[in-house]
Amino acid sequence: MSTFAEFLINGLSLGSIYALIALGFVVIFRATEVVNFAHASLLLAGGYFVAVLHEPLGFWPALAAGTAGAAVVGAAVEFLVMRRHRGADHSVLAIVTIGVDILLATELTRRIGTDILALGDPWGDAVVTVGPVTIAETRIAALLAAALLITAFLLAFRHTSWGVAMRAAAESQETAALMGVRLGRVSLGAWAVAGALAAVAALFLTVFPTPGLERGTSLAALKAFPAAILGGLDSTTGALAGGLIVGVVESLATGYQSDLAFLGRGIGDLAPYLVMVAVLLIRPAGLFGTKELARV
Amino acid sequence: MSERPRIPPKAYARAAAAGLGGVVLLVLPFYLERFWLQAGLFAMAAAIGAIGINLLTGATGQLSMGHAFFLAVGAYGYCALAGDGTDGLAGLGLPGWLAAVLAVGLAGLAGGVFSPIAGRLHGAYLGIATLALIFIGQHVLFNAHDLTGGYNGRAVPPLNLLGLTFDDSELLVAQVPFGAVEKLWYLGLALLLAGVLFARGVLRGRPGRAMNAIRDHRIAAGVMGIPVARHRAAVFVLSSMYAGLAGVLLALVFQRTVPEYFGMALSLEYLAMIVIGGLGSVAGAVAGGIFVALLPQVLNRYAEALPLVSAPGTGGIAPGEAARYLYGAAVVGTVLFLPGGLARLVARTPIHRPSGETR
Repeated sequence: MSTFAEFLINGLSLGSIYALIALGFVVIFRATEVVNFAHASLLLAGGYFVAVLHEPLGFWPALAAGTAGAAVVGAAVEFLVMRRHRGADHSVLAIVTIGVDILLATELTRRIGTDILALGDPWGDAVVTVGPVTIAETRIAALLAAALLITAFLLAFRHTSWGVAMRAAAESQETAALMGVRLGRVSLGAWAVAGALAAVAALFLTVFPTPGLERGTSLAALKAFPAAILGGLDSTTGALAGGLIVGVVESLATGYQSDLAFLGRGIGDLAPYLVMVAVLLIRPAGLFGTKELARV
Repeated sequence: MSERPRIPPKAYARAAAAGLGGVVLLVLPFYLERFWLQAGLFAMAAAIGAIGINLLTGATGQLSMGHAFFLAVGAYGYCALAGDGTDGLAGLGLPGWLAAVLAVGLAGLAGGVFSPIAGRLHGAYLGIATLALIFIGQHVLFNAHDLTGGYNGRAVPPLNLLGLTFDDSELLVAQVPFGAVEKLWYLGLALLLAGVLFARGVLRGRPGRAMNAIRDHRIAAGVMGIPVARHRAAVFVLSSMYAGLAGVLLALVFQRTVPEYFGMALSLEYLAMIVIGGLGSVAGAVAGGIFVALLPQVLNRYAEALPLVSAPGTGGIAPGEAARYLYGAAVVGTVLFLPGGLARLVARTPIHRPSGETR
């Protein structure tokens, strides 16, 4: 039972990280209706900044700088590339982000090479024991940080003028523009926020028990895609629910790997995708996504 | 329309150019070294696969990130059907040509099995759902050891067709020794030509119109009486079969299939091909496929002569990475500056219309 509790808490912690990534992904989709396939590369960029800067600056300034750096990269992608294509077909725009992803990922994996970079976090491999349950401190920090950021984000989304502009643009771009919402700024802001959230997520994806930032980290980040999709691509609630589901399922599947041996090794990495396919079969728009209605 | 339309002089010029190009392609194995023939075969396989995904993503507007999965089904399907089981892996020992045909069918079947999911999803949802195929595929390839050989992959049995075996047993043609690549070159050309003609037939006929209508407005297409679901399922199957064919050809050229190759990067490569070449156009798919497939080979070959590029492992930008930079930039640049891709570039040159034509 205690192992189950450990798996569950680890899963929730992992899931909250996926939720952070998925949230950024959903924000970009809502603000611009573009699916950002470069999201995993944004995350890798944020992680890389932190990894490089933590020695000269110390951890906390490096984290701030890395978050800002990833936000700048996101904003730059929007400003230099996506903005030039505004009004183009959305599936073409999605493919443009794939082009951006190829560029970013190639550059970052070339820089990282075969190294495993430490991010210099203060938690190390310390653990907390409560009764029979042992949890790594990093997992608790991840859970708290994600909860804090998500709450802050949702409050901003609801109450600040930036959030109102973002929601208005998501409802109807044209009407929002006519009401004086600057769509360019909205989408720039969305990309920057997504980059910043991804950078924080990068930190928690690479701390203990994972060895550190490596080229494979973006594969872990990719699991936020099924998270965002199974929650519903245009729903922030969906991103949270999807992230948690994916995290818990992955953690349980990895934890009980030996009982699932007939499914092959590494079933935990596959589980998020299987859950996504299963959910999409029943609810094609995801759990909380807006059902597509067509008036003919 | 009782009068036969006059053939414009440009058409003669184009036919002549095509004929000349065909002759050049046919004599190339007599002159080129093995490296270039192999690179050419990669390009042909890529072109076939790119036609497939362009039918699906370009012409019908169904974003697919799972193309590499269907290539893997083709490649491993061929190995499993043609293998004779002597290497300890599952093999049915079918004749090579039959195995190749069945492997293509198998890829189509895999596409058909996925189509209940594909049929319910649109746009980005479909794109990410097909991403699942890649990971499921990788998982199976690494774990189903008896079928796939696991991490190390499995050897590809050579193809034999009408008594000719496509392996390195030397065959002297006009004083030139013909090994596997020389023989496969002609097979690849024939398959590519057939693939191009078939896809053009599909796109120019009723199915093509229906596919474009579905891409442009799914609901309007349905209202006009196009069976949308059936067409989408059919084009998914067709595209998978093209991918399967490309997979078989690639397997024959590589002579060994490894699971790592059929990862997400390959799917992204195919999407890059059709964007660079031109969405929805067969010629564009071929051009994009050749560009993206040849780029790393060319860079690899001339790594010493090029600035900034150096051999792998020496610290600079490896040729494979340089190629990825280039086609990544090409994807972004194409959409920025040349919407419609390379195919549009050719079509933009003024086309001479016969004077009597009315539209």
